Order: sequence, then structure tokens, then C-alpha cells
Amino acid sequence: MMHLSGITAADIDAERSRNPRAFGIPRRDRVVHWTIGLLALGYLIYLHWLFDFGRIFSDLPRVWVIVRLMVDWSHFAQWDHAELLRSMLETVAMAYLGTMLATIAAVPLGFLGARNIVPQRMFHFFTRRLFDGLRGLDQLIWALVFVRAVGLGPIAGILAIAVADTGVLAKLFAEAIENIDRKQIEGIRATGAGPVVSLRFGILPQILPVMISQALYQIESNSREATILGLVGAGGIGLRLSERIQINAWDQVAWCIVLILVTVAIIDTLSRTLRLRLIGAPAGRGGSGGTR
Amino acid sequence: MSVPDPTRDPAWHLFQDRFGALHRSRRAETILTVTVIVLLFIVSAVWTDFSPAKIAEGVPRIGEYFGKLFSIEPSRGAEPVPVLAFGHLLGGVREPQSVAYWFYRINVYLVLLWQTIQMAVVATVMGFTLAFALSFPATRTLAGSPVIVFAARRLMEVMRSIPQVVLAFILVWPFGIGPLAGILAIGVHTTGALGKLFSELNENADLKATEGIRSAGGSWLAQIRYGVVPQVLPGFLSYALLRFEINVRSSTIIGFVGAGGIGQELKRVIGFNIYEEVSAICILILLIVVVIDLASERVRHRFIGPLAGTP
Repeated sequence: MMHLSGITAADIDAERSRNPRAFGIPRRDRVVHWTIGLLALGYLIYLHWLFDFGRIFSDLPRVWVIVRLMVDWSHFAQWDHAELLRSMLETVAMAYLGTMLATIAAVPLGFLGARNIVPQRMFHFFTRRLFDGLRGLDQLIWALVFVRAVGLGPIAGILAIAVADTGVLAKLFAEAIENIDRKQIEGIRATGAGPVVSLRFGILPQILPVMISQALYQIESNSREATILGLVGAGGIGLRLSERIQINAWDQVAWCIVLILVTVAIIDTLSRTLRLRLIGAPAGRGGSGGTR
Repeated sequence: MSVPDPTRDPAWHLFQDRFGALHRSRRAETILTVTVIVLLFIVSAVWTDFSPAKIAEGVPRIGEYFGKLFSIEPSRGAEPVPVLAFGHLLGGVREPQSVAYWFYRINVYLVLLWQTIQMAVVATVMGFTLAFALSFPATRTLAGSPVIVFAARRLMEVMRSIPQVVLAFILVWPFGIGPLAGILAIGVHTTGALGKLFSELNENADLKATEGIRSAGGSWLAQIRYGVVPQVLPGFLSYALLRFEINVRSSTIIGFVGAGGIGQELKRVIGFNIYEEVSAICILILLIVVVIDLASERVRHRFIGPLAGTP
């Protein structure tokens, strides 16, 4: 064991030359760090100038005008509440229908995309890229396209949700099917069961809870997404909201937002309760995925 | 050796009864669930006019539209031909079915895509900064009083639950049409979403370092700066990078309400039925989303991985 009193300045210098990083960051690294930091800061300042962030302060009075109009609910009784509530329910119905259609489409697609069901490498690659393509484009883009194709109204929204969600659910289902335990199928095969029976009792019990929980979660997240689909004309509360923004009826805009927040909160709670009841545990989804 | 008859055993009958009862109740539950699902489906379909007749009427139009997306009229009024004809795919700008014809405005698109990514960068930085500042008051173990925790958490909750497209639409009024409204809307949403994740990380941070600094007479800011931040920063950065990916997606669509980026152009060309440009922009958006996802994954693994090991 070394005694501290035995250490000389020469020892310290020798140690420093052997392990320079133990004595702080070397000067060259520090210069590099500072240069990168300053460049990043300069880029950010340039971006703020580019996007004219000074306007945040010069336009602030206009924001206050909106906020003041938003909290003034003195005409509450005269608003068209029946229409707003109907649109809100329409939004939820759109999310439900879209997700159900997507679920129905995603079950066979999920089987086709699972590597252990269809062990064809090229086929697997192309089905997976198809799923990526469907969910890579945002629901709002699909909605815009479907509004041009089938006209204004909730049907465009339903189709947009169904198409985009087919990609999401098919990918999740395919992964669930790939993760099943072979042993249960082998056990059922060993009793002399055919493919249908082994599908029913070997595969289905393993994937059904996962599928239901994911479909429920998707209904929840789609009813959040469906509120904005109306902004491009695809029906629901978003359509009413965009009308009210365009005529500057800020008090009703605030009321619509409150309606959306309350509805989303109710559906969140309902779906979480149902998921817990059906599965007994929260679904194992990696990451929250944010708004997606 | 004779096998005893199981039906003589009273336990067997008990088992059969209980098993039958369980079976029946499970079956009733399944039937009830399926009925509720189907009923909800019918009610929703009636409520949204989603009738078979309407669908039958709409489906050909969808086919026609998507057919037009992937085909081109060689001259006005002529029969459209599919765009994916390999003979013409590599032709010049004047050849209607060529890639060059599709992407003849690629310079405009690239500028807009670059603007879209820059919008996402600024919004992520803005959200990161605000969420960083808000996450410490929102942490139960670090904030002094429960009132502060409650206020900070509710503020972040409101920020993340207002749909960002709606917020952008509202902000277009005071800030004018252009990227600023979109950046602010995405930034506000990012603040709420990241703030929640950050405060969860803070909650899991080891408090021994903070206690040590407090015992040496360090202020609250010093406790946070030297006790908590070094522990949580790698996690913060990793979440911020993930958020950046999501924000790139958001900024491609936020332009639909006039808030800048490639979405504004996409809305315009869809509105004017310029089919080949719709396809071109959609392909570019898909590409940019995939590229950013892959790049950000690499950065997370390269940059955050080793960083997480350092104290």
C-alpha cells in the first residue's frame, strides 16, 4: 500500500502523463467542445432570426386579444350545443369505425407479415414495407386525399383512420404472432389436431389478448387524432372547430377545445379500465409513441 | 387392476358442475362482448352515414383518384396512361411518365423540406428548454411545496393535450401564415410531452447526491445543477431525440392549416388536383421521415450509449 506522504511532484507528473483524462479534460478536447457548442448556438440564433422569433413579442398583444375573447363565455346559452355534441360523438364514432375496419383488415395482413407463418424472405420484406408505407404517411395526409376522393364528411375521416391504422395494427399483430411460443402449438399438434384446431387453441389464445389490447389502445389514440381530421374537411368536431376559427368565434373555439379534452379524458379512462379488465396488466408497448 | 369409475366420486360431479358453470359464464361474457362491439359498430355507422350504399358509391371514386395519382394524361383530354411504365420512367423532363417530370419542381420541394426539418429543430430546442425548466418544479422529490408540483404538472398537461394542429390553426391568426405559428404550436406540445417524461426521470434520480450538496450548504439551484442534472441528462437527451423524430412528422402536416413547411405545398397541390405533384411530395415526406428515423436511431446509439456510462 502506498503512503500519501510518499507522493512527490514527480510522481504526480508521471501519473498525469500516463492518464491525462484523470486530471481533467485535455485542452484540445475542450477547444473542440467549445467550438461545437458555439457553432450549435450560432446555428440556433440564425434559425431564430430566420423564423423571425422577434414577432413573438411584437405580436403578443394580438394573442392577448384572442385569450381575452376565449374566456368570455357570456353568450354560452346561444351556442349551437346540439350540433357541437353531435359532432363530438361523430368524432368518436369515426375513430371507432376506422379502428374496427383497420383491425379487420390487419388480422389477415398480420398473419401474412409474420415470419413464422409465411417464411418467405422477399414476401416478408415487401409486406413489411407496405405496412411502413401505410403508417408512414400521417392520418391527416390520408384524410386530405380521401376528402378529395369521396368528398367532405366523416367517411373520408373513417377511411383515413382505417388506412393509416391498418399499417400500424398489421405491424403490431405480425410482431405479436412472431413472438408466440411454439411449444403450445406443438403440444396440440402432438394430440393429432389439424391446422385449424392448432390455430384455434395453439395460436389464438396467445395473440388474442395482445390484439384486443392494441386495438383498444388504437381506438383511444385515434379518437385523439380524429378531433383534428375535421380541420381538412373530414367531419367531426374538427370541422366545427375550423369553422369557428375562420369566423373568429374564439369563445366557441375554447368551448370546443374543452369538449375535446373532456371526451379524450373519458375515453382514456374507459379504455384503460377495459384493457386492465381484459388483460389483467397494461399492454407491453415499447415507448409511448407520443402523438402517433 | 380395475379402473375406478370416476362418476361414482362426488368430487367428480362437483368438478363437472363448477367447470360447466365457469364455462357458461365465460361463454356468456364472450357473447356479450361481441354483441356490444357489433352494436357499437352499427350505431357508429348510422351516426356517421357510413352506409353500404355510400361506400359502394365512393369506392369507384377512390379507385379513380388513386388511379389518377399514379397515371398521367399524355395530353389534355387524352386517355390517361399508368405512370409506372418502365419504358418512360427514365425519360427527360418533357416525357409525362418519367421521374424527372414528376419531380420537376424538386428544388422547391427540397427548400420546403429543409424548412420543415429546421422547424422541427427549433421546436424541439424550444420544447426541450422549457420542459427542462418546468420538470424540476414538477418533481415531487425536488420541489418544495405540493402546490408548485400541482401547478407545474397541470400546466404541462394542458400544453400536451391541446392538439397541436388546432393550436397552430389558432396561432396563425396572431402570428400570420408562415412557419412561426407551426413552430410555436409544436414547441408548446413538445414542452408538455417532454416535461412529463423529464419529471419522471427526475423522480427516479438518486437523492444521495442532492443530500450531499445540501449538507455542504449548497443552494437549491446547486443541488439541481450538480446533484440531479448529471444523473438525468443522458435520459433527457435520448427522449429529446425521440421527440425530434415525432416533431419532423408533425411539421410535415402542420402546414395544412397554413403554418409553414412542406404541408402547405401539399395542401395546395391536392387542392388543385395536380396528381403527379401529390405523389411526388408524399414520396418525399415518406423518405424524409424514414431517413430522420434511421439517422436519429444511429445518433441515439452512438452518442447516448457511451454517455449513459459516464457519471
